[in-house]
Formats: sequence, structure tokens, C-alpha cells
Amino acid sequence: MPLALNEEQRMLRDTAREFLQNNAPVSLMRELRDSGDSKGYSDAVWQQMIELGFPAVAIPESYGGLGFGYLGAGAILEEAGKTLAHSPFYSTVALGAAAITLGGTEEQKQSLLAAIAAGELTLAMAHEESNHHQPNTVSLSASASGDNYVLNGKKLFVAEGAIAHKLLVSARTQGNNNDQDGITLFLVDRNSEGVSCQTSTMIDSRNYADIEFNNVKASAANIIGTVNQAFTILDKTFDYGRICLAAEMLGGAQTMFDKTVEYLKDREQFGQKIGSFQALQHRAAKMFAELELTRSAVVGALAAIDDDSDNLPIMASLAKTRANDTYRLITDEAVQMHGGIGLTDEMDIGFYLKRCRVSIHSLGDSGFHTDRYATLHGI
Amino acid sequence: MSTLDQFRKETHDWLVANCPASMRTPQKRSEGVYGGRRASFPNDDAKLWMDRMVEKRWTAPDWASEYGGGGLSAEETKILAQEMEALGCRKPIVGHGFWMLGPALLEYGTEEQKLEHLPKIARGEIRWCQGYSEPGAGSDLASLRCKAEDKGDHFVLNGQKSWTSDGDKADWIFCLVRTNDEGKKQEGISFVLFDMETPGVSVRPVPLITGESHFCDTFLDNVVVPKSQVVGEINKGWSVAKALLVHERTMMSQIERNMPKPKFSTIDYAKNYLPLNDDGTIKDALMRNRLANHLMRDQSIKLSQQRAFEEGMAGTFDMRVSTIFKYISTEEKTAKDSMVADMMGMTGAGWDTDRFTFDEYTKTYEWMSNKALTIAGGSSEVQLNLVSKRGLGLPEK
Repeated sequence: MPLALNEEQRMLRDTAREFLQNNAPVSLMRELRDSGDSKGYSDAVWQQMIELGFPAVAIPESYGGLGFGYLGAGAILEEAGKTLAHSPFYSTVALGAAAITLGGTEEQKQSLLAAIAAGELTLAMAHEESNHHQPNTVSLSASASGDNYVLNGKKLFVAEGAIAHKLLVSARTQGNNNDQDGITLFLVDRNSEGVSCQTSTMIDSRNYADIEFNNVKASAANIIGTVNQAFTILDKTFDYGRICLAAEMLGGAQTMFDKTVEYLKDREQFGQKIGSFQALQHRAAKMFAELELTRSAVVGALAAIDDDSDNLPIMASLAKTRANDTYRLITDEAVQMHGGIGLTDEMDIGFYLKRCRVSIHSLGDSGFHTDRYATLHGI
Repeated sequence: MSTLDQFRKETHDWLVANCPASMRTPQKRSEGVYGGRRASFPNDDAKLWMDRMVEKRWTAPDWASEYGGGGLSAEETKILAQEMEALGCRKPIVGHGFWMLGPALLEYGTEEQKLEHLPKIARGEIRWCQGYSEPGAGSDLASLRCKAEDKGDHFVLNGQKSWTSDGDKADWIFCLVRTNDEGKKQEGISFVLFDMETPGVSVRPVPLITGESHFCDTFLDNVVVPKSQVVGEINKGWSVAKALLVHERTMMSQIERNMPKPKFSTIDYAKNYLPLNDDGTIKDALMRNRLANHLMRDQSIKLSQQRAFEEGMAGTFDMRVSTIFKYISTEEKTAKDSMVADMMGMTGAGWDTDRFTFDEYTKTYEWMSNKALTIAGGSSEVQLNLVSKRGLGLPEK
């Protein structure tokens, strides 16, 4: 399992860094928020990302991708996290393409993955039904009707839910609401009859929607994986997503840390730089240690995806817990160490603080993942 | 097969053929081999194992052959360590000569000093101890006062050193002394080597809370040290001392890897000593959470060490990161020892080997003795100073 990026991956990271710093800096996010934009990203920037081949990075070459693997996708997301650059990349590539790669038929992979790689198709994962991440809790029902299924129920907090071309919908085809067995994954056009979206405004200014399914017809041909057996694919897809989200969070944490250290070297009180105070130095040093440990966990987890390691669930829970805790620590400390100005809208810190909060609760907070990690270790 | 794969295979085969079976069992604390003039061995196999490794020149595998080493590359050295770990081979010999003085001599010693001292370390003939701290110079090491008076071709030393590990068993000492009282305190220090049998040297073991006395007070009363035994330039010993501290910290950062492989994992302790549910999981939710957090931290630290190594090989390692390892590794280790003792409950406070198993007694012992890890080699607080100043470039007061 390699933990150092190879030359190709480093070049991809540098390309992403340069592109995002120049074309999607935090000021772009601020503009989008101020203009009341409902998507939270710029179509023009997304188009340029497509031209640079970003959606194709983690897709295998045999399906029209570039085959950089998830260490490549993670490098892009980390850079995006640094400038809070939102795009359909995360939902479509990290989650959507993963589900299709893991569960799709050869035919589905040929058509869907190629479309994702070419930037023609965007996806959203419609799964959660409560205010907390619960991978095996599915009550939205899919009942068989001839060769087709009819979906009824509601999904909450679907990232890109009001924008993506297609939705990946987890549905109950058998058993009780919390059973792992009996879940089926459907690919549904967002514009299908009976699908209605209500957008939620969230503090990170990205787009989320609650989606109601009212007698929505889904063809059996659009099932991803096996009927009743989607949980395995779903949880593995979530692992890919958890790890990729952790990579984005790492980028945000790194930027907030760098900005805070910069401020400690600049700000003077009591006639000296506040960074000379040991009370702040030791806290900065501890943040640095946490950040480096988190980086190792995230890189290790991305490598575990690329290696198709049996350790994937453990690595995903490790990476997400560490990213949650470290991003929270660093954004909280960034505010505290900047003092009052840290709470002003003029500073960017608040944007990171808010994005951090939403990220923590996406795909599992630290309580969820520590418990899962413990269970995976049989304790 | 690549050259390295070939090396791995040959190494594996050699270890299988030469490492006695008893040297591939978990090592007890009392079974360490340190060599020296008064070398003692826990059994014949330990001596045989050391002799074979000495002959193979793998006691200091990465030192050049003229200095008694094996001349292996960094990759080969790592492969040897990995193969030894995989087979559960004990370290044939350990000590301050290998992981502290040796590397410092390689960097700062004269050719004569290297040729004189390194082969003796590699062959296990001389055991070294460290004379750094003094009663008035702990975390503020540079304020040390042990006086070295210039007498032309030699110095005369007078003063006291504290915390000399195994000072009563070592043959030679590497020692920091004050050769100049004026100017910056760091600029009047010299790094000297001398035989512990030199007239005027006396040691007194200091009993610790564990009941043992690994550490000694060392008294120097008109001790004569020739100038040829100064490492680096006179008054510039602080640079040597700091380089050596880096090696000490590196060793302490890999504390888990350098200690005998534990017989039981933390999960084993949880399962053996805590109340469990019917499905074998831990009843106490807070203890389960504490254990999970430690497992995660352990894993993150191991990944970080591996990443540092790989980035080092790829030439992309950020040296600032090296400042965090001593702090995070030793903090984790001591917190984990405390957790394991808690898991054992009253048994974790047992203090004899009749009522308690040797392993139980050892855990109680380790909880106490490993408290030294966050103090020795630069306390955690000193480490955080280093991280913030050297790692992050935060300003001095």
C-alpha cells in the first residue's frame, strides 16, 4: 500500500491546485453565496474541470476514464477543500461512479461510467431518511409491478439532489426498516414523474434537497446490483464517499491551519507577536500533529480503495473520524485564535467552520465511525 | 526477481537458519542484551544469537563495513528489520552505542574516533551511557555546569550528572561539559568521551517508584580526559548533542517497534479482564470508546511513520513533520499503558509474581516505568516548543 504520491499523482495534484486556486478561490464561493445561487458552484468552472479531465480521473481506462485511481480523486478533492470549491465532482465521481463500478452490469458500466468520465452525466446519492447517517435504515419502498417497480417515500439532505441528472435511490424491497437485507438500489431520472424536490438552505451554501417519491416508476433494468442485496454495494460506496469527503476535509483543515499560523506570526498584542506565547504555540503544535496524523489516515484510506483492500471499512472509519475531529479542532481554534475578527463575515474562516460542520454530519460523524471501528474490531 | 527481493529472500533464509528458536519468542524485560566488558546473557542462545549477528555484521546493519557495520542501504536495512519482525526475532543487542552515540559519531567524529569506537559498539564489546542532565539542568539542558578545565592537551572534569541510564553497568560515557562560562550558554559546551573506569568517576544508583534503579547519579572528581576524546569542536558540543537528541527522539518515536513485541494486544487485555456482553463485546461503553480511540491513534501513528519513510525515499518528505513523532508516540504509549492497567482493574495494581502472573506484574510495572517516556529525551512540553519553533516557525519571545 503506497503512502507517498507517485510522480503522476503529484502532477495531477499540482494541476488541480493551480486550476482551483486561480479559477475557484474562496472569493468565488463568497460571490455565489452573496448572489443567492442555489447550486453553490459555477457551471463555467465545472465545464473547465471536465475539460481538464477531472471527472475521468478515478474511472478505469476501460470505461473511458484516466485510471488515476482514488489517490488521484482524493488529490483533487483535497485541493478543492482548500478553496471550498464545490462542484458535482464529489457526488458524481466519489459516490455515483463508485456505486456503478461496484454494482453495475457490464452494460451499465459501459454507458454510465463513460458518460460520467466525459462530464455528460451527474449523479446524486439519495439515501438518508433522517438527520443522521444510517446506512442500513431504509423505509422508502419499492414494490414490484410487472417488470417494473414503484417507489414511494422520502429522502432527506440529498447533496446535488435538485440538480443532478440522475438519482441513486436506496429502496426497501423486503424486510424491516433497519434490516441490511432487502435493500435495492435504483437509478432514477431526477425528472421522472412523481419526483418532487424541496431544497434546503444549509450553512455551507451548497445545495441539498429533500426528495419525495410518489408512485415513481423505476425499470428493473435500472437496478444497480442485485435485488435485496444492495447493502454491501451501498456500504462500500459510502466507504469510498467517506474517504473522499475526508480528503476534502483535510484540504480545508490544512488551509485553516496555515492561515492561523500565519496570523500568529503577524498579530501583535502586549507589544509582541501573539505566536510567541507558549499558550498558543503548544496548541498550534498539537494541531499540526493532529493534521499530520489525519493526512496519513486519509492517504492510507485512499490507497486502500485503490488496492481493493479488505481493510477498507476500517480505513474509511479511521479516515472519517480523524477528518471530523481534526477539521473541527482546527476551525474552532482558527476562530478562537483570530479572536473577534474570526467571527466576522469578512474573514473566510466562517466559511470553513460552516463547511466543516456539514461535512462532519455527512456519511457519519465521529460517534458513528468510532462505534463502527470498534465493531469491526470485535470489541 | 529484483535485487531487493533477492536480498529479502536471502535474509529470510539466513535468519531462519541462524536465529535460535528461543530467540524468536517474546522477550521479557529482563532478557535484554547490552554487551560490554561485563556483558551478561539471559541464556546461551542469547549469546549465540548475538555472536552470529556480530559475525554477520548485522548488529549495526547500515554502518559502513570499516566501522564494523554491514554496509546495507536504507532499503536493505528496512527489509532486514521487517524480516526480523516477521519472524519474531529478538534484537541481538541494543544500547546507547547503537542508536545514540554511533549515529552522532558517524556525523561528527574524527576518522580515528570512528575507527576506535564504532567497531567495538557493533561487536558488543563496549557498553555506553549518556551524561547529559544535571541536578540543575533538566529541560533547560544547555544551562549545564559540569566544569571542564583546559590543561593544555587534556581537560579536568568536576561536577555531577543525573539520570545516567545504567551508569553502573556501562563501560564508557558520552558526556556534555562546560568548557566556557562566557557568552551564550549553548556556545560553551563540549561533547567528550571517557572510560567509566577513569580515576575520579563514581556512580550511585537512584531507586525509582518501580523499585528499580536503572538510573544513576554520576560524580566527576578531577577526571582527566584527553582532548583527542572531544567529539566535534571544543565549545561546539551543543550541535553534536542536538544531533544525538534527534537520534534519541527517533528511537523513542518508534518506541513500540523497539520494545519487545507484546504477548497480548490491547484487545486481548480488554477481553481477558473486562466484563463482557454475551457476544464478547465490552460492556462498559466508555471503555469501549477509549479502546477504539487508542486503536485508531495507534493506526494513525503507524501510517504516519510509514508515510514518512516512503516520502523520504521519494524525496518528498517535509522535514518539519519529523518534529511531531516523539511527542505523539510517547504520549500515546503512556496513555495506552494507563488504559491497559485500568482494564485490569485491581489486578492492574498487583505488585508480586505469586498472586499475579508475570505478565500482570509487568503491566503494572510498565504503567509506572513508561511515565518516563514523556519526560526523557526532551519532555512533551519541550517537544511542543520544538514543533512550534522549528516545525512551524513561530516567533521567540
